[in-house]
Amino acid sequence: MLRKRILISGNEAIAEGAIQAGCNFYAGYPITPQNELIAYMAKYMPVCRPGRESGGVFIQAESELAAINMVYGASAAGARAMTSSSSPGVSLKQEGISYISGSQLPAVIVNIMRGGPGLGNIAPAQSDYFQATRGGGHGDYRLIVLAPAGVQEAYDLTQTGFRLADKYRIAVMILGDGILGQMMEPVKLSTKKITTSPLRPWALTGCKGRKPNIVKSFFLREGDLEKFNLKLQKNYQVIKENEARCEDLLLDDAKIILVAYGTMARIAKSALNQLRLAGKKVGLIRPISLWPFPEKAFQSRSKKVKYLVIEMSYGQMVEDVRLAVNGFTQVDFLGRSGGGIPSEEEIINRVNKLI
Amino acid sequence: MEKIFAHPEALYDVSTHYCPGCGHGIVHRLVAEVVDELDIRERTIGIAPVGCAVVAYDYWKFDCSEAAHGRALAVATAIKRVRPQNVVFTYQGDGDLAAIGTNETIHAANRGENLTVVFINNAVYGMTGGQMAPTTLLGQKTSTTIDGRQIEQHGFPLKISEILATLPGVCFVERVSLHNPQEVFKAKQAIKQAFKNQIDNSGFSLVEVLSPCPTYWGLSPKEALDWIRSVMQKEFPLGRIK
Repeated sequence: MLRKRILISGNEAIAEGAIQAGCNFYAGYPITPQNELIAYMAKYMPVCRPGRESGGVFIQAESELAAINMVYGASAAGARAMTSSSSPGVSLKQEGISYISGSQLPAVIVNIMRGGPGLGNIAPAQSDYFQATRGGGHGDYRLIVLAPAGVQEAYDLTQTGFRLADKYRIAVMILGDGILGQMMEPVKLSTKKITTSPLRPWALTGCKGRKPNIVKSFFLREGDLEKFNLKLQKNYQVIKENEARCEDLLLDDAKIILVAYGTMARIAKSALNQLRLAGKKVGLIRPISLWPFPEKAFQSRSKKVKYLVIEMSYGQMVEDVRLAVNGFTQVDFLGRSGGGIPSEEEIINRVNKLI
Repeated sequence: MEKIFAHPEALYDVSTHYCPGCGHGIVHRLVAEVVDELDIRERTIGIAPVGCAVVAYDYWKFDCSEAAHGRALAVATAIKRVRPQNVVFTYQGDGDLAAIGTNETIHAANRGENLTVVFINNAVYGMTGGQMAPTTLLGQKTSTTIDGRQIEQHGFPLKISEILATLPGVCFVERVSLHNPQEVFKAKQAIKQAFKNQIDNSGFSLVEVLSPCPTYWGLSPKEALDWIRSVMQKEFPLGRIK
């Protein structure tokens, strides 16, 4: 990669961002619309680069279950590990994600969402928001969920994801939709040297010169699991306080604030520009971290300000907006899913009705 | 005087939670003895299963990982690929390896992953209270085959070792038993060979151990050993399969 600026798809940008972040283990299973990601990893993961003299490990797993459990093993052994999939595949991975969370293993999981439920279709969607932000598998756990709205941001946030995964010993999900995965945009590549795997004193390396390490999520003795869960919750609290991210636009005089994430936020931005040209006082909040949800961005605002949440789903993030607003003001919703995407025109019409 | 017998270094000096007459304690010890004899304790990484041996890491004194039920060989694959210099093995029961984890088992074997597998076949699910396992014998009564395993309803005992032996990626498969001291000795030799194969980079090695479960066979410990000898090994013949 000698070029500083390249034209690549969102899927490839996530893959390249991961490698740049020092990802040295990838396991995945093919599923549309994220196949460019696994193909990119197959091609570039084993290749040596400055800062990473030995190539990483690429495995095409026999199943989504095997892929996520390989990520479990790789992370337990000290690797910076990632897997990627799309909605039905991510459902299959939930068992492993729960175990990764219960064993406090850093990992990055990519979900390039498609329409559901069931096999659904391969059109872009945002209907896995609940699954991503509520944990998804069994048990009381959370993932850090980052939602890029463009190819450059997909590249950057993937690197952030690896950093946060290591910092908090947590699984980070990069949540994009099929448009982001397939869309090509120029990406300015990082010039930072690839970081090597961080020190992980808990990793399984062989017990030479130390007591044996155990990686596990099993706490059978009375009281131990509750104590462990409290430890997890404390970690989540620190993350909530420090890692909420969002972009805001023209909020100062806004009477109506659009709320959207990922690709949906770009369509909302176009609508906002049209509305502003027509003299309508409209702003935008774009959550970048979906968990922790940027609650503070919704607080200390006049009761007269209304929110319009727009999603490629039938209303998932809107619940977090309502929790953040806590009945203080009106929260309206516009959403389509299963292949339907709320258009600029639909957004403008809805705003005009609200004003 | 030369010391010829001692507590293995790779085994903590603690009591196990296993039932009287259970085979797990014996096989844990055999693994520990082999690890000591090959002098690999400081580079061994074990994968404990979900099943009665779920806390095997409480007994072995080397690095260990948990794996979700059936996923031990996916976890082991990644650990070994990331750390090829370490010696990585899984310890799995029949439900784990040959029912819920059959896919992981077959594909890790087919990739010829350089791993060692210790496979405990006791023909029953122990931890959950004695339900039918893939290896439950025809006619064997369990809490989910109350009239005994029937072909029409439950199919046949699954011979996963014979299936795995057909795969080119697999280098060594042997079935052993714990029903008398001679067989225990042979079991240890087979486990040692399976570890040596990995050290020599020879590929996937598996040792299936016919192991007593007196509690869910409804037998005394001694009767359970007799049952392996007189009944179980007829369905699961001992010896080198590959």
